[in-house]
Amino acid sequence: MSDVLLKVDDVSKHFGGFTALSHVSVEVARGERLGLIGPNGSGKTTLINCISGALKNESGTIAFKGENLNGMAPHQRTRRGIARSFQIPRPFHSMTPVENLAVPLEYVTHRGAVHKADIRGEAEAILADMGLSDKMNASCAGLSQVELRKLELARAMAARPALLISDEAMAGLSNTECDEVLAILFKLSDKGITIIMIEHIMHAIMRFSNRVICLDAGKLIANGTPGEVVKNPDVQRAYLGA
Amino acid sequence: MNGKSLKFYLGCGVAMLAALGLLAGVQNEYVFFASYVVLQFVVLATAWNILGGYAGYVNFGTSAFFALGGYAALFMIKAFAAPLVVQIAVAAVLTGILGLAIGLLSLRLRGIFFSIATVALAIICETVILNFDYLGGAKGMQLLRPEPMAPFTSYTKMLFFVMVIITLVALAIARYIEKSWIGRGLQAIRDNEEAAECMGVPTLKLKLIATVVSGALMGAAGAPFPMYMSFIEPVSAFSLNYSVSALAMPIIGGTSSWIGPVIGAVLLGTVQQLVTVTISSELNVLIVGVLLVFFVVAAPQGILGLIKKLANRRGASASGAGR
Repeated sequence: MSDVLLKVDDVSKHFGGFTALSHVSVEVARGERLGLIGPNGSGKTTLINCISGALKNESGTIAFKGENLNGMAPHQRTRRGIARSFQIPRPFHSMTPVENLAVPLEYVTHRGAVHKADIRGEAEAILADMGLSDKMNASCAGLSQVELRKLELARAMAARPALLISDEAMAGLSNTECDEVLAILFKLSDKGITIIMIEHIMHAIMRFSNRVICLDAGKLIANGTPGEVVKNPDVQRAYLGA
Repeated sequence: MNGKSLKFYLGCGVAMLAALGLLAGVQNEYVFFASYVVLQFVVLATAWNILGGYAGYVNFGTSAFFALGGYAALFMIKAFAAPLVVQIAVAAVLTGILGLAIGLLSLRLRGIFFSIATVALAIICETVILNFDYLGGAKGMQLLRPEPMAPFTSYTKMLFFVMVIITLVALAIARYIEKSWIGRGLQAIRDNEEAAECMGVPTLKLKLIATVVSGALMGAAGAPFPMYMSFIEPVSAFSLNYSVSALAMPIIGGTSSWIGPVIGAVLLGTVQQLVTVTISSELNVLIVGVLLVFFVVAAPQGILGLIKKLANRRGASASGAGR
């Protein structure tokens, strides 16, 4: 694959006797939109936790821009350009949305700068881009589900990532709201950001992804275009049963 | 330096001048004896708030840091006849190192488990001191106060002045942490540690900074204690009252800002001193307990939260009247 941004090579992870990931290898090209699917418990979130550093992979290597990430703390990976959103939104609830964005802006984007740029202005611009102009100084407790999902994406974007991992950003949203989030993800992709999207909403994955991979019981069972993957008998078996 | 910082440092200057005025104009020793205790609690509450309030890691082991500060000072007196400044510095370094150990605990323990570990730390430290004969063991140790340094006319007055300085330093450090990148990072850790780490916050580094600074300040507050009492023994030095008060004062005052612990400590410390004089010191923990329960139920954001709520309400009614 030309211009590989992320390379996951032979990664395994166990929780006690349970195999969450078994020898998974994936490459993601710069600028790609990769869909990650699989039934519940298939290892999708474990894989992105290993990539983001929230979990340590027991074997194999994860390399980003050619650099081995093994043993690197999550905040160091974020500083190298990997940002993620969470399946269940985790805003900093004592802060306003603008202040939420100030965290990655201060710790990643403008880290070490002698004269910090206008962090507030930058946070406001990102929030406006996400359609949260009227919620910039609101309490996070008053945000709706779709607004919380947008805030998750906005906060990840404030870290100026090269790779954005979106973990079920559309779960539980209405069709209109899903379209809003999808439009944001397309916009980010157009800016050149590589995106890994984990989603259960198939039509969203199919519309968004250049390529789709499928995990089942911790193993990679399919890798191809959206059309190829949905027709894959192993994928159909994983979702529908034998 | 921005306007708010200027106001803060001007306020510190005014407080220092007020303390000097008190030293020059008041002869009653009890005023300094009681004020010392209130200031000591301001330092303990401020130090507790750096870890417990900003980062959300509740430390029940304040008494361990405080007492070890006192015993470090005692060791320096006995072994080297060290002056007070050296005693305080050594106590701060020692308890800062203990804070580092507590910070490393937070690698594996969070929430209530971290808090339980800090209780265990206090028990372990007390047991060690109880069996350390060189520092008096269970019997404790009597101390003779040296002559006060010029221009002070009594040792109590000198200790009061020293505690004023420690208090101002503690407040300046707490305020700096709150307003700087460290404060925002600690706030993010308190809200959601995993999300903070994924947003680039070096959570372990910040927690270690918080535990070291918090521990060092608690130890510094405890260092003059043996000379203040002219006596030190483990049961009173490791008293539960220090741990409970250091936790209750920021909660009562408000944990979101450096001023909250000051409000709580001045209020509660003064009430405790009044009760000690008029009724009995045995009532102190009861008063702290009752106030703590009241504030946790009625005003979880503390007095600061109440003030903000009132200001918001007043602002809303003013804008409503203007329409």
